[in-house]
Amino acid sequence: MQKKTKANLPQKQVVLPFAKSVEIAVKSIQSRFFRTLITTMSLILAISFYCYIKTNSHIITGIFFSEDKIAIQALFEQGYELPGDGEKYTATPKERWILFLSLLVCVVGIVNTQLMAVSDRFREIGTMKCLGALDRFVVRLFLIEATLQGLIGSAIGALAGAIIALGGSLIRFGNVAIAFVNLNDMVISIAASVFLGCFLSILGVLYPALLAARMQPVEAMRGRD
Amino acid sequence: MRDRENQTANNIVRVSRVVKDFKLSKSVVHVLKGVDLEIKTGEYISIMGPSGSGKTTLFNMIGGLDKPTSGSVFIDEIDISQLDAYELAWLRCRKIGYIFQTFNIIQVMTALENVTLPMIFAGVSDDDAREKGMELLDIVGLKKRFQHKPSELSGGQQQRVAIARALANDPAIILADEPTGNLDLSTGEEIIKLLKLLSREKGVTIISATHDLKMLNVSDRVIWISDGRIEKIEDREELSISLGQIGDKWK
Repeated sequence: MQKKTKANLPQKQVVLPFAKSVEIAVKSIQSRFFRTLITTMSLILAISFYCYIKTNSHIITGIFFSEDKIAIQALFEQGYELPGDGEKYTATPKERWILFLSLLVCVVGIVNTQLMAVSDRFREIGTMKCLGALDRFVVRLFLIEATLQGLIGSAIGALAGAIIALGGSLIRFGNVAIAFVNLNDMVISIAASVFLGCFLSILGVLYPALLAARMQPVEAMRGRD
Repeated sequence: MRDRENQTANNIVRVSRVVKDFKLSKSVVHVLKGVDLEIKTGEYISIMGPSGSGKTTLFNMIGGLDKPTSGSVFIDEIDISQLDAYELAWLRCRKIGYIFQTFNIIQVMTALENVTLPMIFAGVSDDDAREKGMELLDIVGLKKRFQHKPSELSGGQQQRVAIARALANDPAIILADEPTGNLDLSTGEEIIKLLKLLSREKGVTIISATHDLKMLNVSDRVIWISDGRIEKIEDREELSISLGQIGDKWK
């Protein structure tokens, strides 16, 4: 029996165009809206906290630079340690520690809900692999979904955090709180929040996605319904 | 001698001394104990056997969904255990269409999207895929329901979508694992008729694992499996004679 070598075979390619992967990912998010919402919720909370702390620093720096005696006095009374001349106020070590913990909890939460989401979709993944999907198609779909969730979730979170911080200090210190906030710093902080959110979202989905993609189709379909 | 060579040339599937063991925590279960099988292009084959006889395992081997412990499966005379991940995916995408007992329609996609998905993997353009998808849905009688999600379709309709999807890339082989297992009697019959029609019109080789006796009437050959071995292979002519006995045995 003559065995055909690989060289004799026609070009064997399976493809999933990027636009199509995005389309599938978006549909998947839409039809699993509630599950997506839960996954995104912890991200929204953590990112809003991050952005809140950041915005607060900008506000305090702004008040300090305003040289408004009454407002600065109010800051002292509330126990803020003010920076030296020309320096910007940064979050205290305690705040940073809480921030770190909240982000950590957020990632663990995402991994947890994504693992559940993935095991819910074992059958779907197995079916896709039977239809010719490569491992990396599966990973890519999950990554795109996570990126979209990250973008939307952290945008909502960042805006919420910024608005809460600005609103809160407006009540506490009056107009001076907002008037001297450096707009440039604010934009950078919000952008950083969104970026961090996407990163955390992708980080959280990585392990579940790899787990799902590496499964043999039979195992995947035999798995939980 | 030449006759024999011709025969091998026509074999779309050849299973050679396939053994499959499953390791449990302490013991090893021998599910397939050396199966040899040759299936010719265009045949309609039924694999019959009681639960646990290894028919689904054999089915998975032929479909490249699982690898044998020893022995080989050849599709178009290519040993599929030698294929890398890309080639295996290509094989699943272009050469083989799968139909499952549990339909396995992707729940979040509409009927049409389910049918077009394999074509997208095969690199067909969106418009062409839609056009062909509608044609296929027309063949299985679901043209009007192309925008429905699986949850809005009955079991029989879902299975038709699965058949349309299996045909998407004009595969040489359709593997059907108990396609009527979750369907009522008359719906099951319709599905069987549809499969038979397709095998006749499109010349597709159909291999179905089943314990549905209605499948026998349309099969060219029936392969009886028990306890991990092929018990007997019957052609249709022999089958009609012994159908009475089968009826007794499988009731």
